[in-house]
Amino acid sequence: MEVSRVVITGVGLTAPNGNSLSEYRDNLLNGIAGISRTEIRYMGEVLAGICDFDPLRYQKRKEVRVGTRAGSVSIYCAHEALKSSGADFESMDKDRIGIYVGITEHGNVETENEIHNISQFDFDTKFWTHHHNPRTVANNPAGEASLNLKVTGPAYTIGAACAAGNLGLIHAVQMLQLGEVDFAIAGGVSESIHTFGIFAGFKSQGALAEHEDPNKASRPFDAARNGIVVSEGGALFTLERLDDALARGSKIYGEIVGYHVNSDATDYVLPNPERQTQCMRAALKKARMAPQDIHIVNTHATATPMGDIQECQAIAQVFEDCPDTYVNNTKGFIGHSMGAAGALELAGNLPSFEDGMVHPSINVDDLDPKCSIPNLVLNQPTQAKRVDAILNNSFGMLGINSALIVRRFSV
Amino acid sequence: MSKDECKQVVLDIIAEIAPDEELSDVKPDVALREQLDLDSMDFLDIVMELRKKHGIEVPESEYGELVSLDSCAEYLTPKFNALV
Repeated sequence: MEVSRVVITGVGLTAPNGNSLSEYRDNLLNGIAGISRTEIRYMGEVLAGICDFDPLRYQKRKEVRVGTRAGSVSIYCAHEALKSSGADFESMDKDRIGIYVGITEHGNVETENEIHNISQFDFDTKFWTHHHNPRTVANNPAGEASLNLKVTGPAYTIGAACAAGNLGLIHAVQMLQLGEVDFAIAGGVSESIHTFGIFAGFKSQGALAEHEDPNKASRPFDAARNGIVVSEGGALFTLERLDDALARGSKIYGEIVGYHVNSDATDYVLPNPERQTQCMRAALKKARMAPQDIHIVNTHATATPMGDIQECQAIAQVFEDCPDTYVNNTKGFIGHSMGAAGALELAGNLPSFEDGMVHPSINVDDLDPKCSIPNLVLNQPTQAKRVDAILNNSFGMLGINSALIVRRFSV
Repeated sequence: MSKDECKQVVLDIIAEIAPDEELSDVKPDVALREQLDLDSMDFLDIVMELRKKHGIEVPESEYGELVSLDSCAEYLTPKFNALV
């Protein structure tokens, strides 16, 4: 079946080390991470990736008060993406715009806050806020963006654990190809650092990172890695069918040429490299590409002892004879931004189509031999011969795997 | 508590829940919703803040008493004074 080609025409993001693509990219190439210590209820001091974008750039103070952090992240990223797309948003048919936002989870922050609130009143539920339901419905981060932008097309979230950033984009591609919308704003967001539960959960699981230097705490592939640094953030892209993008003379950041999503069906939290391998291969098949055609593989690796090894095994199998394929990871810089991870990590690599640089995985002082796979870019950026295609891995709990392939645009 | 003090309490709550609004020349005899960008959720916030901060209960059947600053003062001042 022939379907329309879909391209990325705009990028808006907030990461713990940058509030625009250029700032973020500069920091990825210059080894600048964005992890700090913060206090969280019941947990005390934790390490987290905190974003410092200004929500009031695009929201009224009342919107910030009534809405959620994830809503603010979505709104900021959506506006920034629209700006970077150069699209004449005012004159666009708002019925034909879709907003598809990947989330790992939503509502925990607001629920925890309300329980804390009523604890001050002897748990009397008459003090429970009437804002609770609109804040905690799963579509909140997309819905707030639709309210703010007055977008009247479909706006909803895609729940897909930590694969969600990729899933937002994949869903947008499908909706554009089906003709359901003419323009999409899609990617992933996370407000996770504002819930103690996610920190406590990872700690109970033995998977919460600790290091005396916050910026060295997230260290995928390093022998001394000891878990995840939880982060907030978001990246939303504008996507259009190629013909529409060309017709308006838009800049094209890349073309989404392949993707695949599958499930391990084996464990609640432990990954399954066999299914990861299958997922990458299926994405390559859809893209009609060979492994050698991929020049950057951005790993999902979160710095857990087993997860990193298993993903490296899967990549080594798929890309076993690919001298020009580089492998990197973004979480050393920004931690694990959950629903935003896949989208932010893709955004960090997209400029490679222009500058040919591959940003490194940082904090690898002592490479774990079990993660030692060819062309892993460690600590310093590498100049590639050329970068024509990126494969972006994002995996999540309950065994969801996703691989997304973006190719440099050429007619 | 005087009626003017009561109006100030209500204005202080509105300043928190509607932080974008200019409150320096709110007309006390005109409906709040006619001069400020307040919706039904904001009125529920006013009711909640009266409950949380001041221990004042406003039954749903009496929400209409909060239509203007003057009506708020008429309705709420005796409630505040009954607390003392």
